[in-house]
Order: sequence, then C-alpha cells, then structure tokens
Amino acid sequence: MAVTRDEPIKTDDFDVIGTSPVRHDGVDKVTGRALYGADIHLPGMAHGKVLRSPHAHAVIRAIDTSKAEALPGVVAVITGADFPDPGEHMTQAGEGGAQSIINKSADIMARGKAHYAGHPIAAVAARDLPTAEAALALIEVDYEVLPPVMSAEAAMAAGAPIIMPDLRTDEDGAELDGETNVSEHSVAEEGDLAAGFAAADFIIETEYFTSPVHQGYIEPMNGTAWWRGDGTLDIWGSSQGHFGIRGEVSELLLIPVSKIRVMPMEIGGGFGGKTTSYLEPLAAVLSRKSARPVKMTMTREEVLKATGPTPGTREKVKLGVSNAGKITAAHVNLYFEAGGFPGSVLGAGVITALSPYALENMRVDGYEVLVNKTHTGAYRAPGATMSEYAVETAVDEACERLGMDPTEFRLLNASQEGDLRVDGLPFPKMGTVETTRAIQDSAHWRTPLEPAAEPHLRRGRGMASGYWMNGGGMSSAQAIVNADGTVTLREGSMDIGGTRTSIAMQLAETLGIDVLDVIPVVPDTDSIAFTGVTGGSRTTYATGMAAQLAAEDVLRQMVAGLAEVWGVAADDIAYENSTFAAGDNAASFKEAAALLDDADILVTGKTSIAPTRPGPAIAVHAADVEVDIETGKVQILRYTAAQDVGTAIYPPYVEGQIQGGAVQGIGWALNEEYWYDDDGLLRNSTLLDYRMPTAPDVPMIDAVIVEVPNPGHPYGVRGVGEAPIVPPPAAIANAIYDAIGIRLRTLPMSPPRIIAALANNTKE
Amino acid sequence: MRAINYAAPTMVEDAVRILRENGAGARIFAGGTDLIVQVRENTRDVDVMVDAKGIEELTRVEIGADGSVTLGAAVPCYQIAGDDAIVAAFPGLIDAAGIIGGTAIQGRASLGGNLCNSSPAADGIPALIVHGATANIAGPDGRRSVAVADFCTGPGTNVLAAGEMLVSLTIPALVPNSGAHYLRFTPRNEMDIAVVGAGAQVVLDGDTIVSARIALGAVAPTPMYAAAADEALAGQPATEESYEAAAAAAQNAATPITDMRGTADFRNHLVAVLTKRALRGAVERAKGGAVNGR
Repeated sequence: MAVTRDEPIKTDDFDVIGTSPVRHDGVDKVTGRALYGADIHLPGMAHGKVLRSPHAHAVIRAIDTSKAEALPGVVAVITGADFPDPGEHMTQAGEGGAQSIINKSADIMARGKAHYAGHPIAAVAARDLPTAEAALALIEVDYEVLPPVMSAEAAMAAGAPIIMPDLRTDEDGAELDGETNVSEHSVAEEGDLAAGFAAADFIIETEYFTSPVHQGYIEPMNGTAWWRGDGTLDIWGSSQGHFGIRGEVSELLLIPVSKIRVMPMEIGGGFGGKTTSYLEPLAAVLSRKSARPVKMTMTREEVLKATGPTPGTREKVKLGVSNAGKITAAHVNLYFEAGGFPGSVLGAGVITALSPYALENMRVDGYEVLVNKTHTGAYRAPGATMSEYAVETAVDEACERLGMDPTEFRLLNASQEGDLRVDGLPFPKMGTVETTRAIQDSAHWRTPLEPAAEPHLRRGRGMASGYWMNGGGMSSAQAIVNADGTVTLREGSMDIGGTRTSIAMQLAETLGIDVLDVIPVVPDTDSIAFTGVTGGSRTTYATGMAAQLAAEDVLRQMVAGLAEVWGVAADDIAYENSTFAAGDNAASFKEAAALLDDADILVTGKTSIAPTRPGPAIAVHAADVEVDIETGKVQILRYTAAQDVGTAIYPPYVEGQIQGGAVQGIGWALNEEYWYDDDGLLRNSTLLDYRMPTAPDVPMIDAVIVEVPNPGHPYGVRGVGEAPIVPPPAAIANAIYDAIGIRLRTLPMSPPRIIAALANNTKE
Repeated sequence: MRAINYAAPTMVEDAVRILRENGAGARIFAGGTDLIVQVRENTRDVDVMVDAKGIEELTRVEIGADGSVTLGAAVPCYQIAGDDAIVAAFPGLIDAAGIIGGTAIQGRASLGGNLCNSSPAADGIPALIVHGATANIAGPDGRRSVAVADFCTGPGTNVLAAGEMLVSLTIPALVPNSGAHYLRFTPRNEMDIAVVGAGAQVVLDGDTIVSARIALGAVAPTPMYAAAADEALAGQPATEESYEAAAAAAQNAATPITDMRGTADFRNHLVAVLTKRALRGAVERAKGGAVNGR
C-alpha cells in the first residue's frame, strides 16, 4: 500500500483514470431534478430586492425608508446601518485577492458613499417580488453626486477625484502619505535589470489596455437565508465554496462559523465569480429582521453591474532581446483597476506575467488603482490573461524583429524546473517545452494557411503561451464502505466542473472498484470537514488527493478487518486485481464489504490535507483568423489548444475545460467589454449587448492533451481549468497582425477598433 | 414586476375596442419577443397585453393575383421564411425575415411586430422599405394605409394613433429585371442586433440601373429611406463607381450616434460598405442570380 510521494504511483496501466464513465450528476441534470439555489422554497419565505445606486460616485447624505416600511407586505428594510463594524482584518474567501473585511462589508451595502453605479444602498424583503420592487421605489435617497473616475490613468492623474479619502498607498509593504486612488504598488524582481537591458541587442517597448470582462456564468447570483430564533443561520446559494461563504458571512455579521450552516446547491457556472458573497449576508440580515426565510436572486443586469468582473488594465512591457533570440531582461508595469474598493487579482497578474520564460533579469511592478466601477473579482486564471496577453504580444514583436518562428523562440526561452519565477520561487516540473512542441507538431501548425477567397478578407496565424501556477489548499474527503460494496464518497469541494466524478475516479482507481460503485456527495458545512473554495484549479488535484488517501485508509481498515475475520496477520493479506487474498482466503472488494458488515466491522476512510505541490499548468494555443478589412470583423478559422494537464483523469472533461477556456478567451479578445458612458454608467448590462461568443462564432477547438505528470500528486494530476483562458487574446492579436500588418494593443479587438486601426494605418 | 391583464380577441374590431378602452396602457403583441422583454426590464409600462395571434386576419398570408403578398401582422418569421412562394418572389425580404432572432425566436417574432416596435435597428423595416411595402392599419375611425417608409417617427414611436393597430403588410410584386437584398453588420454571427443594416432594390435595363431604393437601419432615429442614394443611381450603369456614389449619398443622409454597439465613425464607415454590398446583391438577383442561396 506504500505510496512514494515524490513520484506518481502509476503513470500508465490505469483501470479507471483516463476512462469516460457516465457522470454521477448527469441524470439529475438532464432530467431537471438537480436543485439550484433559486429552486429553494421555504415556509413563510419572503423575497428580497436591492436598491442600487444610480450614480457612479456619490455621497449618500440621507436615506429615508419610512414609506417603504409602511407599504403593506413589506417585512423588513435594511441599510448599511443594520450591519456591524466587522473590523479591519484581511479576509480571502476565494481567489479574488485578499481584501479588508470592512471594505467587503461596505461593498455589499454602502456606508455613506456610493462607489459605483449599482452599489447596494438598501434592501427590502416583502411577501412577494412585486411588493419588494414597489417598496424599493418608495425609498428616498439624498445623493451628492461627485464626478466619477473611470480609468487607472484618470485615477492616478494629479487632482483626480478621490474615491476613498482614508486610503493610503501600500508601497511594497510600507504606507505612503497623502490621499490617493492607488491602493497598492508591489514589486517583484530578480537579477540585474539594468545589466540585462544593457546586454540586449534590441529593446521592444509597448503599451496595452484591456477592459473589464465578466465571467458570464449563466445562473445569476442568488442567496437564501433563514436566521432561526436560536441564533443559527442556514444559507442556500450558488457558490464555488460553501465554506468560504460561511466564513465570509461569519466575519461580516460577527457570528461564529459554528452557528452557520451553508447548503451546497448545484451551480450554473462560476469561473471565479462565485467565490465571494453578495446576497447571502443581505438575505441573512433581512431574515433576522423579519424572522422569516428570505430569498434573493439577481437579474442579469444586476449580475453585470454589481458583481465582480476581472479588472480593466493598462500594461507596459519592455523586453531586452539578443540577436540570438534570448530575452536578456524584462520589465512589466501593470496597472489594475480594482473597482470601487481595494483588493484585486493584481498579485497573480504580477506572478504570471513573465512565467512562460526563463529569465535572469526581470521585474514586475504592479499598481492597484481604485475607479468608480463595480469591485472586481476573480475570473479564470485571475490576472494572468491580462498580464500574459501584454507580454505574449510583445514577444511576438520580438520574434518578428528576429525573423524567428515564435514556437522556436519560446523553446529557446522556456521556463523549466529550477528556473526562478519573478517572486523568487523555483518552478517545479512543468511541461513548457512539451506543450510548445505539441503545437509545433500539430497538423494545424504544420499545415500552411490557405489564402482567403475574396480580396477584402485577410488571413493570419498566431500563437501564444500561457502559465498558471494552480493551487493547493485545504481539502477533506470521507469514504464510507457500504454493506453492498459500494462506497459513499463525502467530499468538501463544490462541484462546478464535474469534480464529483473526477474525484470519485481517483478513489475508485485506488480501491480497484467500478467508479459507478462510488456515490459522491458534497454535504453541507456541518457534515464534512473544512474544504477550500473550488478555484485556482485546485479541486481535482487537492480534493482528488484527499479522496485517494481516504481510499488508502479504507484499504488499510479493510485489511485489518479481514485479518480479524480470517484469523490471519494483516501483513499476510494482499490486495491485487480487486481481490483481498491470504492463503486460501480470498474476497473481492464487494465480498469483503459483506464479510466485514456481517462481522459488525465498519469501514470509513477519511482525510483532511493541505497539499502544497499543485504543479503549474502550461497552455500553448495557435489561432488562424480571417479579418474582413471592410467591416473589421474577425472570424476564427481554426484553433488548436495544447495543454500540460499532468494526468487526464476524465479526458472529455479535460477537453471541455480546454475548449471552454479557449472560447472565453476568444470572447475576451474580440468583443467582450464593459462599456461605460461619460457618467460612469454601464450601458451594455445585457447578454445581448455584452457580446460573449455563441456557437456560430467559434470553430471546433482542437484540444491537444499533453501529460507531464505532476510529481506532487499520487496520480500526477495538475489543475486544468484556468490555464486555457490565458493564451487566446495574445494568440488572436498575433494572428490579426499576421493578417493585416497592424498591432492591436487594446482589448477587445472589436470591429470598430480594427477599422479605426486600419484607417490610421492608411493615413500614416 | 406586477400582474398584467391579458386579452385574446378574435376580431380586429374587438382588439381596437380593447385598445380604445384601455388607452396607452394597452399594447398589441404577436410573438412578444420585444414586448415581454421590455415589460420585464421595466422599460415599458403595460396594463393589458392584447394577443393578436387569435385574430385570423393577422395570421393570414395572401398572395394577390398581381403577385403582391399581404402578410398578417402576426405571421411569424419562420412561416414567412419557410414559404416557398414568398421566398421565390421576395428573396430580399427573406434576407431580413430569416435573421430576426435565432431559431426559437423565429417561431414567435413577426415582421409586423418588428415594424410596430419601431426600433431604429430593426432588420425587417429597411427590407420592407426597399420593397415599397405598405402598412395596413385599423382603428376606431376605420382603416387606412401608410407607406412603411413613413411609419416610424422616432426610436420606439410610430404613426399608430390611440386605438390603432397594424393589421397587415402589403408588399407589391417586384417588376421584371429587379432584385432586392438586405444585410446587416453584427459583431457576432447570431443573437445580435444590427450595428448598421442596409437594404437595396434595383430595377435594371441591361446593365443600366433604371431605378433603385436604398434603406438603412441603426444610423438615424428611425430606419430610414435614403432617397438621395436612389437619385445617385437612377440611369447609372450597374458598376462599382455607381455603388460608390450611392454609398457616399447614403453616408451623407445617415446621422449615426456612438453607443455600446458601435461608434458613429464606425457606423458611418459601415453605411458605405453595406450599401455597396446590398447593391451588389440586389443587382445579382436582378440579373437572375442568387444571393444566400435564394
């Protein structure tokens, strides 16, 4: 049973891993039986709605809720005054970056100031939704409207309106004096930057801009809370981590975690956006005030206006390159719009910006800046897509200057095990070279692009790499052997992408049983030990490892039990080919379960772990585009996405993650953006005008699975879900350049931008 | 959100009476693909929704002896785009009827509803304008007809007076050696709204354009008939130079704005591109060729 932790225990010869069983959650989902947060109906339940600021930046002079409270059917009205002061400590529910809990509290319900249009000002619970909506219209708010600050550049300019007067810049750990909108300036540096640039034969220096983009999950945010008379609080909602929601509500409302129970519901997509709470604390306070359960759901408009998209950014890249094609130095300046409050994904942007490359001299400066937009959050590889888009596009310019194939350049400069990341940590084993070679060897890259059929259409090809560090963190699993030989797997990770099955497969592999004999369950927060958020591509790795260890625990206990039943020494029992055997005694797993049950021996394996070697994911993508130079429209003709996935547990899931990430990245590259008017109001808060790609907008994404097993996991697993969103914007920008000879340095590369760029180019 | 009354009359006269009795709070709907969304998003206040689908006259398709077609105002787009006779006679109209919404929406959305919603970006209206279509209206004072080109008066507003409703649309037969084409630009290939739409109809005599009609969408407060472009084309050869002149005239007539769907500059640019593409398609059809397989 011994497992060597330094190397995966098996790399081939799997029985379960690498197969495609029927997914455990499939029948409930296709028959409509699966329950989502909005399906909850409780006795006496009231319905809550939020009054939101119509102004991007305003002082709240007064709020009069008396008329709303007097409306028949209204059971509670709350404002910021109903929330406790939660103190100033840092909190982190998900992967959206740490933030002060007092700011989180003021973000979910304004305290004296509206920081963005859509900022909650008050909330109402009423017997039905129409009454709640009518009550919102009766709340009178006296605003002093202030000029909004809508970009990092404007926010950093001298004399800019100040969003938080008490804010001071955190200058790499020290506090600067004076009012500012810059909440943080962090620096990561290795080597000698000046010497590196001096050694360069040429310098590439460019600047980029990106817009906030939304995760685009289909199920809107929802939260239902029931504050019971005994002081306990039950919560139902749509989150990527029910323990994270429990912790955040505990900190926001100053009630112990032991008094809160969060029920995990099915989730209709999250992509990082559902790692923090918006409605749950409001529903809880409304429930306490009304003594009824209160359910709240957002409209799509509320989701887009008032939940956390990924930051808009400005990025400057300076690369020193030798004529031999080596990067001698790299300096990146990142300016991330945090939104209306501090706390953003800047840290991950800093770490990832240069990580596809082995560099001796490098520096990344990260600035986090407040603007009057909704507070940003995590979105699939948070921070990495923006920072690596800038670097990967600059690298393409270097390749062009060198006349070097961009895949060869990446192989020449590839980061590998032992090379230092910009924050000084050495990279573990990862497939930078293998994944780049997979693209080089792909039919796509080896097949020349055919010219377009018509003169107004231009074709081009581009590629880009992406790095995501992946996460570890705390995970718990429990495996209960039932008398019939099935195994109930209780695990603490919310299933947002099929992890019930991919984790059950790791358990089944270790136990040597059919994965359909595993019954995976994600219980409420009172019924399984703590498990971190499903984010950071950590779940199949960390909770999968927990399940694998729980399975080993099960086997140990079964061997010990059979030793008693058979009257033999435990050491004499072997478990091979799904059969326990000792001398003349033999029992299949199911027979053993029955034997132990008859002997009143119960078997429950359990593990709580915090593994620390997730192993990074590397994604390398190639894109062929066709640009209509008359309309500026870009059609993706062909797209190939290679990725080091460690070990593909459930290959169709892996392909689905790669394809889904690529499609989200394509939307980000071409059309998705938050479009604000001059007053700081978001004008495209519908899925009609917030243009995510539809099926006719993307070709079949050819997913190429590369397996460089992660030595930090018994089956070699690496996280898969996030890396594939990183390369698309740069791959497509590089392909557009190949097609029309113009570098687009602002995302999205939408038709108006392409036509404007073509027009400017003609003038020059 | 609140409770709304629903009426399902079977006669035009009953529908008119309900409209008259309920004033501005009553609204006719066919598929509801615009109206229901507007009510849910609180952009339109409605007390009574009057379902037009139970009125036979509004669901009828009549092909006249003269080759004209009269489409009931509630006839869904899928039915129009699936009617071989209409497709053969009016391929340029199908260019628009076939792209109003995705497949599911096509089963509900109607050209009549598209006209009455009076969006500047409506796909159906420029196509109807270039076909010289007429809107047949019923109201408290009887019936009247208005050219579709004169129907819209501003974003979401039109000539329908209190108590009036659209009954049908009459599209005259195309004369010999004529053809029409409509197209739009959308950043996405589906589920999107025109950034600019352009329709053209031409009548040829050999390679000479006898007459033409150009209409544009999403570049003015209403879908607009660009008469100046017609004048630029009449009597000219069907060549790129003529299309350029028409495109320039269309650009002159357009007054686009910048919004989340596109900048004014971009829209102005697209007016020229799409006017030329619409003309090329219309000429192709006038010469007996096919565009989009029609």
